[in-house]
This record gives sequence, C-alpha cells and structure tokens, in this order.
Amino acid sequence: MTASVNEKTQAQTLRIRRATADDLAQVVDLDARVTGQAKPDYWQDIYERYGSRRLDERFFLIADHGSGANEHKILGLIAGEVRVWEFGSEPCGWIFAVSVDPEHRQQRIGEALFREMCNDFRQVGITKVRTMVARQNALHMSFFRGEGMTAGPYIQLEKTLDDA
Amino acid sequence: MQQSSRLAIYALIELASNPDRQISAAEIGAKYRVSAHHLAKVLLTLGRAGLVQSIRGVGGGYSFSGNARRTTLFDIIGLFEDTSTTCKLSDPSKATVEEWALFDVSKEINDIAMSTYSSITLATMLKQIERLSRARARQVTVSAEG
Repeated sequence: MTASVNEKTQAQTLRIRRATADDLAQVVDLDARVTGQAKPDYWQDIYERYGSRRLDERFFLIADHGSGANEHKILGLIAGEVRVWEFGSEPCGWIFAVSVDPEHRQQRIGEALFREMCNDFRQVGITKVRTMVARQNALHMSFFRGEGMTAGPYIQLEKTLDDA
Repeated sequence: MQQSSRLAIYALIELASNPDRQISAAEIGAKYRVSAHHLAKVLLTLGRAGLVQSIRGVGGGYSFSGNARRTTLFDIIGLFEDTSTTCKLSDPSKATVEEWALFDVSKEINDIAMSTYSSITLATMLKQIERLSRARARQVTVSAEG
C-alpha cells in the first residue's frame, strides 16, 4: 500500500504520499490554475470518498518535495480506484484525475505519480489500469500514451437528452 | 494510412533511435523491404519539413533533426496526406439525409483516428517499440526454456 516514496526528479527529492485533509486547499488551487475552475466542493468530496474511506481500493495521491523549504508544496496529484464489474469488466484500476503544477512539468512528476498508482493497484491484485481522456486533450493523451497506455476495448458513447 | 506516410514514420523511427549516426536510404529500405528510390522521395519531404538532414558523400546519409517528443504521427502523416477535417461530401448542399448519416459515421471514425495519431509522438513510438522488443525477448526465453 502507498507509503512515502522518495524519488529523484531533476532537481530534488520527490515524495509520493496519500492526500490528507490539510492538502485540500492546495489541491483546489492547483486544479483551478490548470483547469480555470475552482471546485472546492468537488475536491472535498473526492477526499472524503477516495482519501479517507476504503483505502485498500481507493487511492488519492499527492506529490510534494517531502523535505526542505518547500516540503509540503504540492507538485501534482493523481486519483484512482479499483472498479469491479462496471461495463462488464473484470476488476481493474481506473485513474480519473491526474494533474501536475504547470511550473513543474517535464520533471517526471506525472510519471512518478502514475507508477506509484500502478504499484498500488498491483499490490491489491489488479493487473489492468484504465482511464478516459477527452479526444482534444492532447496533453493527457500524450502523457498516458507515453506511459504505455493504448486504446482499450470500450468506446464511450453519448446522447444529448433534449433529442426526441 | 498511405504508404508514403508509413515509410516516413519508419524512416524517422530509424533515425530518431540512432541519433549518433547517419543512415542511408538504402539501409532503411533494406530493413523495411521498400525501394530506396521511393524512400529517397519521402526523405526529401521530411528534409523540407526540417525533420531530417542529409549529408552527402562517403559515409553520408540522413540524420534526425527534429524533436522526437514534439513530433506526432499526425504531424508526419500531414506531410503526405490531407488530414483536414473539412466536409468530404462532393456537394454538401445537395447531399441526401442518407449521405449525411454515412458522412457522420465516417467523420466519427476519422476523428478518432486523427486524435489517436495526434497523441502519439515519435518518442512514444520508440518507447512502445522498446516494450514490444522486451516482451518478444521474454517470449523467446520462455519458449527456449520450455
């Protein structure tokens, strides 16, 4: 299960750990800077569901330096969980959020978060990880592709409900 | 994908994975079983796009001059094919509902394809090739031990 994992990035140590309630303000700020939308209620809910319950199958991870002057400055986050039998699928890991501070990109922080998430999934017996990416989201598409993810066996379908 | 696009991607994979040496069109052609003449035309286009440099003379050849992390398969295909998403109906103003319905399906498939090509850089392709090579090597080892 996730403990503190220390990795070297380009400049200094990187720590990957579980999110705590104290992280939420920085998480909301990071997400707002990346997406342009502040979602405090959403992240509070994410923390309550994925950061504090069913921790053997839900993972809300944070990357920070872990030491030094900026020990607790959040550099990135990733959230995911084990999902069972949804869409007829065998149990697999799903990643539904990943974000890295724009000022700290290209430092392999996303890679470290992704790999730690995959390790957490492996430790609970999961052998497949999935995610969903908007077609126009080139950044996330390229990131996940770079981590070895390829198109899966599902196609996302949708319908606008004001059609007859 | 047209053959020129495919050859261009193969050539760039060869060159980007061997950044320290020049490789000739003949050498790439021999590996992928294609004519060096056709390949030379493809490499000319890649050169004009700034993705390869050619060195003439003895010991010469081509080398990769682009950015593998910023060059996507879509970028490469776009040098040889029309990748625009403009309407391909011959006369949209006269198209029937049936033609529009099939157009919608074709557009959906094309959009997915273009999105996929846009998300894969040369660097990602090199990583994927490395993973496949390791997986094949493991298979060979297992077969040999079996």
